[in-house]
Amino acid sequence: MATVSPALHGHDHADSHGHGHHEIGFIKKYVFSTDHKVIGIQFLVTTLLMLMVGGALALAVRWQLAFPWENMPFLGDIFGLFRTEGGQISPEFYTMLFTMHASVMIFLVIIPVLAGAFGNFLIPLQIGADDMAFPVLNMLSYWFMWPAIFCFGTSFFIGGATAGPAGGWTSYPILSAIMEAAPGSGDAQTWWLFGLTLVGVSSMMGSVNYMTTIINMRAPGMTLFRMPLTIWSMFITAILQAFALPVLTAAGFMLVTDRLLGTVFFVPSEIIVNNAEPTVGGGQPLLWQHLFWFYSHPAVYIMLLPAMGMVSDMLSCMCRKPVFGYKPMVYSMAAIAGLGFIVWGHHMFTSGMNPALGMTFMTSTMMIALPSAIKTFNWIGTIYDGNVKFNAVMLNCAGFVALFIVGGLSGIFMAAVPVDIYFHDTYFIVAHFHYVLFGATLFGVFAAIQFWFPKMFGRLMNDKVAKVHFVLTFAGMNGTFFPMHLLGIAGMPRRYADPYFHTYLEHLLPMNQFMTFSAILMGCAQFLLLGNFAYSILFGEKAGRNPWNANGLEWSAPSPPGHGNFDEPPVCYRGPYEYSSPEAEALGQDFILQTSPPPAGVKKADPAHH
Amino acid sequence: MKKFWAIFFWFWPVVALVLCVMAPSQGWWFPGPPGTQMGERIQGLFELILGIVTVTFIGTNFALGWVLWQAASKGDDKKAFYSHGSHSLELIWTIVPAFVLLFIALYQMDVWAEYRVQSFYPEETKQGSVAEFMARQFEWRVRYPAIGETLKDEAQPGDLYMVNELHVPAGRPVKINLRTQDVQHAFFAPQLRLKQDAVPGLIIPVWFDVPKAGNYDVTCAELCGWGHYKMKARIVVESQQAVDAYMRKLQEEQTEDGFVEEAAEEE
Repeated sequence: MATVSPALHGHDHADSHGHGHHEIGFIKKYVFSTDHKVIGIQFLVTTLLMLMVGGALALAVRWQLAFPWENMPFLGDIFGLFRTEGGQISPEFYTMLFTMHASVMIFLVIIPVLAGAFGNFLIPLQIGADDMAFPVLNMLSYWFMWPAIFCFGTSFFIGGATAGPAGGWTSYPILSAIMEAAPGSGDAQTWWLFGLTLVGVSSMMGSVNYMTTIINMRAPGMTLFRMPLTIWSMFITAILQAFALPVLTAAGFMLVTDRLLGTVFFVPSEIIVNNAEPTVGGGQPLLWQHLFWFYSHPAVYIMLLPAMGMVSDMLSCMCRKPVFGYKPMVYSMAAIAGLGFIVWGHHMFTSGMNPALGMTFMTSTMMIALPSAIKTFNWIGTIYDGNVKFNAVMLNCAGFVALFIVGGLSGIFMAAVPVDIYFHDTYFIVAHFHYVLFGATLFGVFAAIQFWFPKMFGRLMNDKVAKVHFVLTFAGMNGTFFPMHLLGIAGMPRRYADPYFHTYLEHLLPMNQFMTFSAILMGCAQFLLLGNFAYSILFGEKAGRNPWNANGLEWSAPSPPGHGNFDEPPVCYRGPYEYSSPEAEALGQDFILQTSPPPAGVKKADPAHH
Repeated sequence: MKKFWAIFFWFWPVVALVLCVMAPSQGWWFPGPPGTQMGERIQGLFELILGIVTVTFIGTNFALGWVLWQAASKGDDKKAFYSHGSHSLELIWTIVPAFVLLFIALYQMDVWAEYRVQSFYPEETKQGSVAEFMARQFEWRVRYPAIGETLKDEAQPGDLYMVNELHVPAGRPVKINLRTQDVQHAFFAPQLRLKQDAVPGLIIPVWFDVPKAGNYDVTCAELCGWGHYKMKARIVVESQQAVDAYMRKLQEEQTEDGFVEEAAEEE
């Protein structure tokens, strides 16, 4: 197969480039495309749309928390179509809202935008390959997203609009295992599980492809330690996916058979739910939690590591400096991935599992904070004494670092088991994971969209609009999520349709209203992103091959790259972060492409020797 | 404009800190002082972590703002400092946080052991539980043993029942058996700083020692269906005499119906 000989393979394409590719029809070129760039952009556009769906669900949740039982504006009329109470949010509808908010954001936005969109688009370009190792598999990985979206969509409506899946995204049995347990535990839950499985299938196809491509198809000279950190992060993420996903898929099937075929993996005996027949059991609900979190904790890093890698790339470019501590960055990502497999129990400190496990999981969880700390210090070190370009890419990256600090530090409280006794399942945890997943990952994604946009479409996004988007989102994000720490300290539990039912939470209403206004501001700001995105595809300032004066292989290709990516098979001469190096200076510039041969008379700088 | 961005990244952590400093006076803090001794120790551990985290938060955000400020103060044509990092700095910021984190982890162990490891439970709790606290959609059912009896896992004929209200004596450790009848729930008593999931199929003992008489909230902290938010109960902590009187009242209400003899004969 050509994949074992990338240079030769690439060469074939370069030869055939310019003839033979015009004949590809519209459908093959833009719809069922096997080109990694088209697939990446398909993923990106899909996930941006899903981001708006998930955001709308979140705003409905926020509305209920700020104005409980009051009719929803705008959306209320739409939902009112399905409901007798008009625009009011019923408690079962509320549980569905947060369940689907989480499901959409995690499975249809964060995971596919990182691995699907940027993984697809960047991996072949950054390692100098002409496409993925398995292009058809790659196409299927995108097209398996749509059945997943269809299943999630069906789950909304199958039982009527008030009986969407309502078991939370974690879907703990018995609530999710027995049809009678809640209005949303019927068919909606089954469809939700099918959707979950299909997302898993899609991710698995992607991750097999990424691993193979990164191992086999690197350009000559692209040694492992010359790979950009984006590629390292995608590689590690793909490994995480490949090892963790089968567990979730298996658990999902077990839950489906519990529901449909009468098995009792997760159902103990003698349980009477909602006046249904007593269960005939012998199963263990805790088993689901172990299996679920064995996937879903590594999944947290699947949702973060690629953003970390991309931010490292972008910070280095925008500060015109090599990444501070390239190898420690790689090792700390590897450490996060490795430790990520032995910390899942920290989601279960109060679950009633053996208390000795609580202690071991606490220690491993504390230790996983270490590589994250190292990475944060290295990012700050990267900015230090750089020639910083204060554009929207840089600001979003700095925002990523600032918000990741908060998310990382708040995690320490919950890693400590005794303190977690109090904070478990309160708003403190909601604050924590939104700082990591929204604050860090999405800000990284915003930066990455603006950074690689010219490579995708040959045009730049408007920097001024992007800056306004950054400020509004950053302010809205902190206004929404920072007070959640305080709500958590005040003891407000998660997933309450009406927390003010409890007198000790009544006084928190004004703060919740403030947070809702911040969330609405943040939600509206995303239209700036979408508008800027759509406008710039058509009318943005034209960009050349290398608008940011960056070093990576992708910047030596045309913008947008044609089928087969590179004019000629690239050869890599150095690491990706040699900004302001003596070699670059010899050329009279502050960057030097990885494909530039070493200028005569300059000592070769190799970051591998540090 | 560049300096604006550096100030921007300094400004918001200051706002966040001010908010946190204001929080206790505004009621955005714990719901009252810890109701148990265990709760006090948990709060102490919280404050220890809070201290470490606050110092780190200020330090890292100051550093981030400072590197941006420094870059903003320089001209555009200033060459960046060409460096791939520093081995000794990496060592420092690996080893120091490692020890801090390990210290935090080890420092928590004994509180956790006392809370959850049964061999570390106080002597007084080893005679058995005072009540069974059974969660169901969407209420808490309390089952006491008959006066003078001990609590059995299976319901007994003389058991006394109540919904959403648990009476326990003040000033000594008491243990309850946490169970659920249907889906998973979690017992959360915010003022007592207690939380434990009620897992289908398991009986989980939970102990606490509340020195001060009073009413304490109980809520559910694990999603259990549409009425999750409604699972409101309270723990009434009072003197042993008051608890005894309450039990007698319960027994009277549940066993005496006013025409005992005739009804018994007809049976």
